Amino acid sequence: MDLLSLFPEWVLVHGPAAIVVLPLMFGALVALSPSEKLSWATTWIVTGLSGLMSLGLLLQVISHGPIGYAMGGWKPPLGIAYSVDALNAPILLLISVVAFICTIYALPSVVAEVGPKKRSTFYAVFLLSFAGLMGMVATADAFNVFVFLEISSISTYALVAMGSSRDRRALPSSFNYLIMGSIGATFFVIGIGFLYMQTGTLNMMDMARVLQDIGPGDRVVQLAFAFIVIGLGLKLAMFPLHTWLPTAYAYAPSFFTAFLAATATKAALYLLMRFTFTVFDPSWDFISTALMVIIAGLGTIGMLAASLQAIFQSDIRRVLAFSSVAQVGYILLGIGMATTLGLTAGYLHILNHAVMKGALFLAVGAFWYRFGITKVSDMRGLGKTMPWTMAGFTIAGLSLIGVPGTVGFVSKLALVQAAAENGWWWAIGVIVVSSVLAIVYVGRMIEQAYFQPVPKINDRYIKRNEAPLMMLIPLWTLALASVAFGINSHWPMSLAQGAAQVLNDGPILLIRETMPAIPAIPSTGGH
Amino acid sequence: MKPQSKTRFKPMPERSENQHVILRVVAKLLIPLIAVYGLYVHFHGDYGPGGGFQAGVIFASSIILYALIFGLDEAKRVVPPSWIRIIMSLGVLVFGGTGVATWLLGGEYLNYTMFAPDSTHAAGQHWGIFAVEIGVLLTVTSVILAIFYAFGSRGGSRRGSHSPNPVDGDKS
Repeated sequence: MDLLSLFPEWVLVHGPAAIVVLPLMFGALVALSPSEKLSWATTWIVTGLSGLMSLGLLLQVISHGPIGYAMGGWKPPLGIAYSVDALNAPILLLISVVAFICTIYALPSVVAEVGPKKRSTFYAVFLLSFAGLMGMVATADAFNVFVFLEISSISTYALVAMGSSRDRRALPSSFNYLIMGSIGATFFVIGIGFLYMQTGTLNMMDMARVLQDIGPGDRVVQLAFAFIVIGLGLKLAMFPLHTWLPTAYAYAPSFFTAFLAATATKAALYLLMRFTFTVFDPSWDFISTALMVIIAGLGTIGMLAASLQAIFQSDIRRVLAFSSVAQVGYILLGIGMATTLGLTAGYLHILNHAVMKGALFLAVGAFWYRFGITKVSDMRGLGKTMPWTMAGFTIAGLSLIGVPGTVGFVSKLALVQAAAENGWWWAIGVIVVSSVLAIVYVGRMIEQAYFQPVPKINDRYIKRNEAPLMMLIPLWTLALASVAFGINSHWPMSLAQGAAQVLNDGPILLIRETMPAIPAIPSTGGH
Repeated sequence: MKPQSKTRFKPMPERSENQHVILRVVAKLLIPLIAVYGLYVHFHGDYGPGGGFQAGVIFASSIILYALIFGLDEAKRVVPPSWIRIIMSLGVLVFGGTGVATWLLGGEYLNYTMFAPDSTHAAGQHWGIFAVEIGVLLTVTSVILAIFYAFGSRGGSRRGSHSPNPVDGDKS
């Protein structure tokens, strides 16, 4: 653990709070910044610092176990606790690294897509959204989750709406997302309210302990679970609740779409896992049924239906957005299996999908930046006119299909193994069919780019016009990462196994001896 | 042609109808009271119901009342939108800065005890909450006003405010 010794002690102790506070406060500062370059540089540095701190926390978690943090010095069951363990540390690192990489891309992209007066605000709101996502993942307090969920959601609505300088359709799609997202957040907070009513605590670990005393028979607890699953399902675009996603992804500024696609649904997926496995007990009847029927069931339907819808879209961004819904289906299928292998595969796909979908959306933003291309049919000859961008797009696209040597293959293979171990042969069939559908919708774009002639304007072929370096670097970083982790998947695999271990250990082991036991309030309702 | 106001209030360029005189006099009496009540709710928040959020809303409502009676442009002259943006961020920074101060003093984030670690009656908590609530007051006041301004001046209309009764319908 040589790398760990490079981090100051302070970061490892106060890191869980610092990764949230830093972007939040700089978000407020950036809002006042007079120059967009300054805003951009601040955003870049802040996301970079958060990334470094997340890396430190992850290394600390790997070598020394979970880190707890008591906000304001109030000890956990009473105060707001933050906790970083093997389950959320990789997600924190993922969110901050993707934010850092995408921010490089933002400098040229935001100039092209967002009105000049809104750019500093854009970065400020982006930092808020980033802080919200980090907070959602870092906190161990159920109500705090809701607060950060709202911070990230509301700033996301604003950022999607800022795409209106480019395309007015961003406004209705943002409004649509606002309505759906608010319903989701409300359902979530109703679920938390019911849980609070029954357990008398908001700390997740304490909640888990009291829930064990209450047991699975309690109607209110069952209701709370239903509300939480539906609320989070809206946020993570679980199949029938995904309708906000395609338009929001399509019309948001392309930098933000890449960030959103790579991280926002992932944070909600993390919360789903956190609540289902470590707050509730997956061995309870109603939860194991919900896991199999609702989470895995809707996941598989989503894999097929959304992949089919992706094939018939004419807008590249909508193709990729529907593909995101399908990919969330893979993750849900993994979670729904509730076995170690299944959870590992699902978690691995969270990390892998973020890398490849981030790269794809960055490439799409570059197509728009140079040629204003948003339609699949306009991609003709992009292999010649933007060879580097298109190559990055192709690598990530192949990864989406699951070609061996890419991250997509690794997680799909893990998922197939998990399904086989579980005896869910139908699931393997669905994975294969969905992958074939992915070949169709990705292949359609690649075919246009490489096998169609370069279009002519006034009888002259369009000249080669490569995306600027500041767009190519983040795109290729993610594309190469998807190959590197596809060839040597040891590191992400070990992270996913660590996370699956936390989920498998279930609710009981999360309670640490530092926490004084408070008596469970007697259950009052629902018998 | 509108009748010129005979009151001692400064006549406004477009809105100076005599029928608003009672509203204006009452508002001029009420606005300072509302503002003081807002501050009361704020500073009394430690001992009774209240605090930065409620106080911020009450304080902002005094300015909103001013805008309703005297027009949005007048209100924007008193509290310019450019200030609001600064105050909004300032409030967040005051709140967050309190936490950073406790970090610098060696405690956890927002561990107010650090402000007066030797105090026997939790004076640190008092000071910490005081600082944080000021941040809340600033942000809530300015956000409420920002929302009001945003709705009040939507469409980029230069007409100032809408009056409750359409007295200037003859203008168009």
